[in-house]
Amino acid sequence: MLQGWVIVGTSFAYLGLLFAIAYYADKRADAGRSVIASPYVYSLSLAVYATAWTFYGSVGRAASDGVGFLPIYIGPTLMIALWWIVMRKILRISKQNRITSLADFIASRYGKSALLGGVVTVIAVIGILPYISLQLKAVSNSFTIVLQYPWIIMPAKVDAQPIMQDTALWVALILAAFTIAFGTRHLDAAEHHEGMVAAIAFESLVKLLAFLAVGVFVTFGIYNGFGDLFDRAAADPKLAPMMTPLEGVAGGYASWVWLTILSMMAIMFLPRQFQVMVIENVDEKHINKAIWLFPLYMLAINIFVLPIAFGGLLHFPEGNVDADTFVLTLPMVEKQELLALLVFIGGLSAATGMVIVETIALSTMVCNDLVMPVLLRLRRLRLNERSDLTGLLLAIRRGAIVGILLLGYLYFRLAGEAYALVSIGLISFAAVAQFAPAVLGGIFWKGGTRRGALAGLSAGFAVWLYTLLLPALARSGWLPISFVEQGPFGIELLKPLELLGLAGLDQITHAMIWSMLANIGAYVTVSLSSAQSADEHRQASLFVDVFTQTGEAGGARFWRGTASVPDLYQLLARFQGVAAADSAFQDYARGRGLRWPGDTLIADADFVHYVEVQLAGAIGAASARIMVASAVKEEALTLEEVRKILDEASQVVMYSHRLEQKSRELEAATAELRAANERLKELDRLKDDFLSTVTHELRTPLTSIRAFSEILNQEPDVDLAQRRKFLGIITKETERLTRIINQVLDLAKIEAGRAEWSEAPVDMRETISDTVIAMSQVFQEKNVRVEARLPEKVTAVRADVDRIIQVMLNLLSNAVKFCDPRDGQIEITLAEDERELRVDVRDNGPGISAADQQKIFDKFVQAGDTLTDKPQGSGLGLYISRHIVEYHGGRLWVQSRPGEGACFSFTLPLTRAAGGLAHAA
Amino acid sequence: MIALCMLGCVLFNFPILALFNVPATVFGVPVLYAYIFLAWALLIALMAWVIERRR
Repeated sequence: MLQGWVIVGTSFAYLGLLFAIAYYADKRADAGRSVIASPYVYSLSLAVYATAWTFYGSVGRAASDGVGFLPIYIGPTLMIALWWIVMRKILRISKQNRITSLADFIASRYGKSALLGGVVTVIAVIGILPYISLQLKAVSNSFTIVLQYPWIIMPAKVDAQPIMQDTALWVALILAAFTIAFGTRHLDAAEHHEGMVAAIAFESLVKLLAFLAVGVFVTFGIYNGFGDLFDRAAADPKLAPMMTPLEGVAGGYASWVWLTILSMMAIMFLPRQFQVMVIENVDEKHINKAIWLFPLYMLAINIFVLPIAFGGLLHFPEGNVDADTFVLTLPMVEKQELLALLVFIGGLSAATGMVIVETIALSTMVCNDLVMPVLLRLRRLRLNERSDLTGLLLAIRRGAIVGILLLGYLYFRLAGEAYALVSIGLISFAAVAQFAPAVLGGIFWKGGTRRGALAGLSAGFAVWLYTLLLPALARSGWLPISFVEQGPFGIELLKPLELLGLAGLDQITHAMIWSMLANIGAYVTVSLSSAQSADEHRQASLFVDVFTQTGEAGGARFWRGTASVPDLYQLLARFQGVAAADSAFQDYARGRGLRWPGDTLIADADFVHYVEVQLAGAIGAASARIMVASAVKEEALTLEEVRKILDEASQVVMYSHRLEQKSRELEAATAELRAANERLKELDRLKDDFLSTVTHELRTPLTSIRAFSEILNQEPDVDLAQRRKFLGIITKETERLTRIINQVLDLAKIEAGRAEWSEAPVDMRETISDTVIAMSQVFQEKNVRVEARLPEKVTAVRADVDRIIQVMLNLLSNAVKFCDPRDGQIEITLAEDERELRVDVRDNGPGISAADQQKIFDKFVQAGDTLTDKPQGSGLGLYISRHIVEYHGGRLWVQSRPGEGACFSFTLPLTRAAGGLAHAA
Repeated sequence: MIALCMLGCVLFNFPILALFNVPATVFGVPVLYAYIFLAWALLIALMAWVIERRR
């Protein structure tokens, strides 16, 4: 059944089915009902990671190294755990900047450098060639083997065949045609290939099912489950060491670790992974599902690798069958024709999926970042003046696809036979790992410069060439083998596999250590020692701070220049076609609330930036920059201008700081003013109170004086005794009037701070005695006994003696007024401690309620009920006394309980004894 | 997620890996193979749990 025509026919039928799926998906996408807008399709398309390497090569690797094939899948699982941080950021950046490829991403990050984009493209193409040759080898080998059915014959050396009968060449050409049909039928502004993604997802399903089918057949069909298979393998003395495989492998754990790291890089930076992960991503949220679905896929496709490997080793103990072909040869030797065909189709799926996506990604890079920048710079070609360049772009891409596949074939012819599948693939992994420092550094570190990225990439790539690619060519006989074994020119230290004497590691680990050292070292040191241009600095901020920036406006801020709308329209139409340009302009106008054509659009910085980003979607950031620059009279932003902008910005910041300071000062001043105003209002209120109180106080004596004067004046026949009594009242009221006026004047002086103080040493014993003598008349009249307890001797204090006497008089006259009217007693005590003199004046009157004790020191307040009792004083005495005492630095207070008399006390500090006033009140 | 990545780095590395690199079998499967696949499945399950719970 497995004749040649059946196999070829099935293969073409399968490719036709893929094409139908792609066509259907494209149609659906055009109709707006995309089939790839699902996280499941996205996850399956990511499985383009699993190529013929996985399908055939893993078993080959497992047959020699046991678990040695697993780091290639565990590494991505670990990396994916970091996707939430890394991939979301790359996705966001790529969407905002309309990144079209990995080269575009790196070039764009480092100031839209065309040179850097070119370097990345060259590295990617050269680095991926071994990988593509691997797929060609796998497909042609499997085709040759399955054609020999029912015999198991390994394909003869490729060289032995004339080139026109080499299946690998035909495979390459057919795949090229298929890829062209898939990826370059038309030019998409966003580089979305919906049809391709749908087909890839389908292929991922096919290869998984095919592999699982073989796995189940081998494990449960040929043997009786896992246990039986491993038992038999363990019983075989040749296979027993593989039960603890990590000790036998060259490099052991070091190799394991480095392979893990290597594949962590590969999952991010293989051009095809970048294509399906980033460029073809339609919704950022899809990565949430993919974060666990994709690792699950890898786990599933790897479960049966070991059983198949052991099964193969048990079946073909002589070693005449290449372990890389076990997946295919096991069903064949068991006469399972259909299964063998399914495996062949599965392998074809794995290989074609990889080749299609990889070459599309690479051709985009070659076109946008290598060929177009060069063509656009060649003024001779006058490309700027052509009206439609879409045809040219497509032609370049198609040429690139054919070229890349033929180069892959060339590598296959040159070096392909010397290595197993996995070893070939790992060489490519090591190449793309060189992108890691530039990309990861680029999105997390603003300091990375264009020169740094160039230096790092070049250094890493050079080491890769020297330690991996050249030895591979040497081993195939294209370079003298002495180059590997003795080192170039016989210099041992430069042996490519043991550079500087670093021996004992496997080739990949060795190359990775040196290339990463060179790459990261050069990237960091050159970045630190070189300055960024204005463009670089802006792009670095755009990339690193992508989550904190708003929308796409960020790129337009620093642009200045003039452009015309028709120029921009022509530019866009030239590369994207008229229809795409129209719709882009309409979108832009709609966003501004305008209509196009119709309303006038203004070609301002925003608009130019918009056109550049649109263009970048078709030809890459670096080329787009060149094109826009040619259409727009852009005034290049020099470092000087940037500095000016920065200066202006810092000045603005300074001004705003000053403004803030001023406003703070104003606020403070306002608060002060408000407080002053409050105080003034309070004073005003106090003045009003004072006036009304004083007037009231003055009116009382005046009223009685006037009343008695009128009586005396109008009634001449008042008898003498009466007359004398009236005159006595008038005299007494006049004295009271005088006293009030004196006190008011005193008060005014004290409150205004204009009182005159004459300071002299005062002996308080004398002062008290004098006061008591001066008032003895009053005491006798009121029948009050006064007892003064004075110490033998007290320290003299500096004070105004008249004022102190005034205080004493006030306290004593108050005591006289309020003490018991029948048996009045007043007790004066003078005491001294180390700090102050203290005078107590105690009476035996009715006492003062707690509520009154605070109030009596206020102006015009008198103890008791002023409405019913006849006022006995002006209400100013205590107020003035307290002022006087406080002026001297002392205190005046009262202690009393109703019914137990009152004790007024004041103190005079002894510090004043040394002379001189400490302070003013 | 960072913690999970670090957990994975520890699980699939020396010396944890060396613990299982012994000639014994679980249900007929060599311990090392069984361990790697089980730990891998566990890691995926944890990632799925963390991501789906975040929504």
